[in-house]
Amino acid sequence: MVNRRSFLISAAFWFAGSTSLTRASVVRDHMPWSPFPSSAPNDARPGPWQFFTANEARVVEALADRIIPPDSDTPGGKDAGCAVFIDRQLKGPYGSAAGLYQFGPYLKGTKEQGPQSELSPAELYRKGLAALDRYCKVSLGQAFDQLSADQQDNTLKKLEAGEIKFDGVDAQGFFDALLKDVPEGFFSDPIHGGNRDMVGWRMIGFPGIRYDYRDWVGRHNERYPHPPVSIAGRADWTPHKS
Amino acid sequence: AGPQDFAAVERGRYLVVAADCGSCHTLPGSDHSFAGDRAIETPFGYLAAPNITPDQQTGIGSWTDEQFDAAVRQGRSRNGARLYPAMPFPYYSRMSRQDVSDIRAYLNTIEPANNAVVVNRLPFPLNLRSAMIVWDALYFTPGEFRPDASKLAEWNRGAYLVQGPAHCGACHTPKTFLGGDKTSEFLRGYTLQGWTAPDITSGQGALRDWSADEIATYLESGHNTYAAAAGLMGEVIELSTSKLTDSDIKAMAAYLKDVSGAPAEGSPAADQDILAAGGAIYQDLCVACHRRDGHGVPNMFPNLAEAATVKTADPTSVVRVLLQGAQTAATDRERTAPAMPAFGWQLNDAQIAAVATYVRDHFGKAPAVSEAQVKNERVAREPIDL
Amino acid sequence: MPRKLPATDVVIIGLGWTGSIMAYELAEAGLAVTAIERGPWRNTATDHPPGYAADELRYRIRHELFLRPEQTTFTFRNKMNQTALPIRSWGAFMPPNGVGGGGVHWNAETWRFLPSDFVARTHLTERYGAGFLPGDMTIQDWGVTYDDLEPHYDRFEYLCGTSGQAGNIKGQILDGGNPFEGPRSRAYPNPPQEQPFGATLFAKAARGVGYKPFPQPSGNMSRAYQNPLGIRLGPCTYCGFCEWFGCGNYSKATPQTTILPALLRKPNFSARDNSEVTRINLDASGKRATGVTFVDTDGNEWEQPAELVILSAYTIFNVQLLLLSGIGKPYDPNANSGVVGRNFTHQTTSDVVSFFDPAKFVFNPFIASGAIGTCIDEFNGDNFDHGPHGFVGGGYIGQVQTNGRPIETAPVPPGTPRWGAQWKKAVKDNYQSALKPGTGVHGSMYSYRDVYLDLDTFYKDRFGRPLVRITMDFHDNEIKQNKFLTDRFAEIFQAMGARQVVKEYRKGPYDITKYQTTHLCGGAIMGTDPSTSALNRYLQNWDVPNLFVSGASAFPQNPGYNPTGTVAALAYWAAAAIRKRYLKNPGQLIDG
Repeated sequence: MVNRRSFLISAAFWFAGSTSLTRASVVRDHMPWSPFPSSAPNDARPGPWQFFTANEARVVEALADRIIPPDSDTPGGKDAGCAVFIDRQLKGPYGSAAGLYQFGPYLKGTKEQGPQSELSPAELYRKGLAALDRYCKVSLGQAFDQLSADQQDNTLKKLEAGEIKFDGVDAQGFFDALLKDVPEGFFSDPIHGGNRDMVGWRMIGFPGIRYDYRDWVGRHNERYPHPPVSIAGRADWTPHKS
Repeated sequence: AGPQDFAAVERGRYLVVAADCGSCHTLPGSDHSFAGDRAIETPFGYLAAPNITPDQQTGIGSWTDEQFDAAVRQGRSRNGARLYPAMPFPYYSRMSRQDVSDIRAYLNTIEPANNAVVVNRLPFPLNLRSAMIVWDALYFTPGEFRPDASKLAEWNRGAYLVQGPAHCGACHTPKTFLGGDKTSEFLRGYTLQGWTAPDITSGQGALRDWSADEIATYLESGHNTYAAAAGLMGEVIELSTSKLTDSDIKAMAAYLKDVSGAPAEGSPAADQDILAAGGAIYQDLCVACHRRDGHGVPNMFPNLAEAATVKTADPTSVVRVLLQGAQTAATDRERTAPAMPAFGWQLNDAQIAAVATYVRDHFGKAPAVSEAQVKNERVAREPIDL
Repeated sequence: MPRKLPATDVVIIGLGWTGSIMAYELAEAGLAVTAIERGPWRNTATDHPPGYAADELRYRIRHELFLRPEQTTFTFRNKMNQTALPIRSWGAFMPPNGVGGGGVHWNAETWRFLPSDFVARTHLTERYGAGFLPGDMTIQDWGVTYDDLEPHYDRFEYLCGTSGQAGNIKGQILDGGNPFEGPRSRAYPNPPQEQPFGATLFAKAARGVGYKPFPQPSGNMSRAYQNPLGIRLGPCTYCGFCEWFGCGNYSKATPQTTILPALLRKPNFSARDNSEVTRINLDASGKRATGVTFVDTDGNEWEQPAELVILSAYTIFNVQLLLLSGIGKPYDPNANSGVVGRNFTHQTTSDVVSFFDPAKFVFNPFIASGAIGTCIDEFNGDNFDHGPHGFVGGGYIGQVQTNGRPIETAPVPPGTPRWGAQWKKAVKDNYQSALKPGTGVHGSMYSYRDVYLDLDTFYKDRFGRPLVRITMDFHDNEIKQNKFLTDRFAEIFQAMGARQVVKEYRKGPYDITKYQTTHLCGGAIMGTDPSTSALNRYLQNWDVPNLFVSGASAFPQNPGYNPTGTVAALAYWAAAAIRKRYLKNPGQLIDG
């Protein structure tokens, strides 16, 4: 009759009094150690959008495919999962600006004083996508994702150049966020949702999480031949059935 | 106390280390040595080690020396009740009366700790001590160690330590279904508490290629050219063997090199697909520490071609180390205590099995590891809801 | 009201590089030592094993191993007449958090300063005349000499198993090493790391131009090593995830891989992690520290009484705690009075990116380590005649390939669009055939009157305490220095056969959003004059004799090298002074 569905929850309650590595402790005698890693990564879950609405997601996918377009050898940002990457990041601590200094007041400063925006990345995307949607519908009669590639590129160029203004959100700031996040998704470990099947790494010949190049440091001007490896592995790790 | 007493205390201090009393009678991290309460796993369930400080109420302060000697060397508590052989009295029986008196002298200097310990946590009826009468009859042969005149003093000292206070066979000798030693398979390997204490017969067995010096280095520091001690053996080394004299360590090593086991058997060829996957995983995740050739880094990362745990038929320790990682022993001589990272979060059962099979086949010619064995081991490290 | 803990002999604030050194030395001397570290414990196998250490997003972009600004941050302005605003996320530098401090995620580029660096004002005044230096430049002599520190540099290098080629052993210049370095008593403990293609080409070209290139001294092991404390390190495997990351191999010299296993074996040592010291407590006279107050992660406040307080919390936190505890007079730039916050400096860095013919050059940039590369030191310190150039100071320059991680390092030629098909193609075409050093030009930053630290007048941290305010900007001297060095650097790449060389000069104003090493220095400087320094030559606080302050906060100015070797040497120097003199006779350590 017992099922394991709520084991995690129950274990947490059961061990609520246990300390974890996030709490203060006194260490003596030994280097502290426990079985299992302390901070293994959390893989981005597949499935539908966690942060974006369906409409927003379609636009972000279209944006990703303009920032990093598909070509004959390598998929574009959409198929590489850059929108999924951004979606998962915005749903998580990055999106909520967790860990950043968030006491007010928020004042406008110089460029050198760094970002002082009250908007978290999540808010920036929400507002930015809504504003882009309004702009496109008003100016071009359709949502961004329904525009032609040329229209999309032109829109992005205008955004980059500051020719488009948004209400309630900095248009160029939104563009800059995209310009940072899309390539991040293209080149991050696939566990974060982008770089699907390591397409970004394959494109440039980056070997991923391989940790030992001792045998290669002296092989000058020789292209490294081995395929990339993600934190989640690669296909050859799975035994095939004969 | 007089000068004789002081000498006895000092001898006792050494013997307490050699016999590793503290590993069971002191809770790790506790400020009260020998106050008991550490959970000792037996095949039948858990016992809590008693409080053996000189506390009058909750320790052994009011015990006579004779009663103490009976407990340590005969397995009888003060009231005559039989002790479970989780307390390694069958090994301590090889010690001399003098040795045990010295131990008592030292223990009398320990600060008394008031800690009432409920020793018996075994399920009923295993909690009934009367059953130990039968066990003793079957498996306990009392008696002090008798030196072998045909052997050198070093050999005899080593034999005494290994068979007696150091109780190596408690972990390294196979057991019968009742938990008694299979004396004919002395030091041929046993799995307990989720660790395989490997075959350490060094004459013909798994440690054939280890020199006496390598064995001594391992026992003194927890590390040598080939292996690194973790888990249960790490504790033996940290609390006991690393603190023994060089001569005693060399004696144990000399004795062990004279204990022969069966040569390693060849293993059936492992599935080529599994070896291919295991090899890929090894190349991608393992070579940074263990190197392409498996030789690792002496005194840090084991040489997978020479580690007994890799060669031993039972893969429990290998699988455990791969699933949850392991931290190695830290001793005065080797302080680093490098740890093997866990891979259970990253590799599924088939992948753990594949890389374990690859390592054991490629480096050790040991049997393949099945996915089911990995699953069992993973489950064994989880709580089981029933 | 904090709960009081049993007293200890020594309390150490921050268990980073200098905290660990101090802890070991003082525990070795028999003192009861308690270290209190703000961040969590960091272990190789459970915190950054090879299986997930190589996650560029997590560690380089999201800064997982660093301090969260939410915990505490600083306000920043370029000029005194501006309103300082909080640094809401890190850019120009990365404050450490957690046991091992900056030593966990550093590059292990392990240098000594030049002998002339320790007598900077005297040396430069003598060579160029007092008027050569800008009026608002506040550089000072340190009060210690290179020779004072040499044995301690040696100890740190052997602690770390530094890999390198000596250039000067007891005055004997050796080929293949750095001829400009101060004399050392013996060779590095390990040979240099094997160099990848780009560094080899650089060395060849540099020699061709007449320079004396040498492998950068590296705390990444060129081979397995056991240090004097009996701790073993493994060989570096050139994983390319060294800077900003933790090493999964036990191959990088860190407090964890070189000191802590030995330190923890001492029964007279204990550490508290996830506990932030909020104040150094003083007695009624204000002249003696009685211990510290700290807060744990459950929000409980504790008082740890101690006889001796070691403040080793990293430059800016050292200054923060001195200011918040009311120790020493805060610096007033207008009056040029006070000592705490004075002579704050950073590092003047820049880079050159070179593009080579993809058909002929394959660099495998991912085969890298934190300190792998070839350098020249011709233009560091006062190794050359500054007269004609109109600036002082300098730095080393080198092809130091610290990584090939694609988010951070995917260079494209100038004029390439920032996005789109052309950008994508350019990334693909150039990744394997471009060289972008981790830090190519590593220049000095000298101190100025209007570059300082104080407490912000408005913004607060989560405990309600004022944030430290940074007032920082480049002065002409550093701008000139940088252009000069960058130009020299570019010449070498030209000589290597690059078909395009792009100079990325450092320009003003100082930008808190662009990473420029985490080598923050000064603010609690050492010296021989209590009116212009917070510490005496033994890192002892002038006002509170049982308080010693370690770290780069003691540097009156920052020379053109990475600081940690010197930071550590000073720690060993101070520890020796405590053991040999202070313990016998507590009080002000005065040299007669």
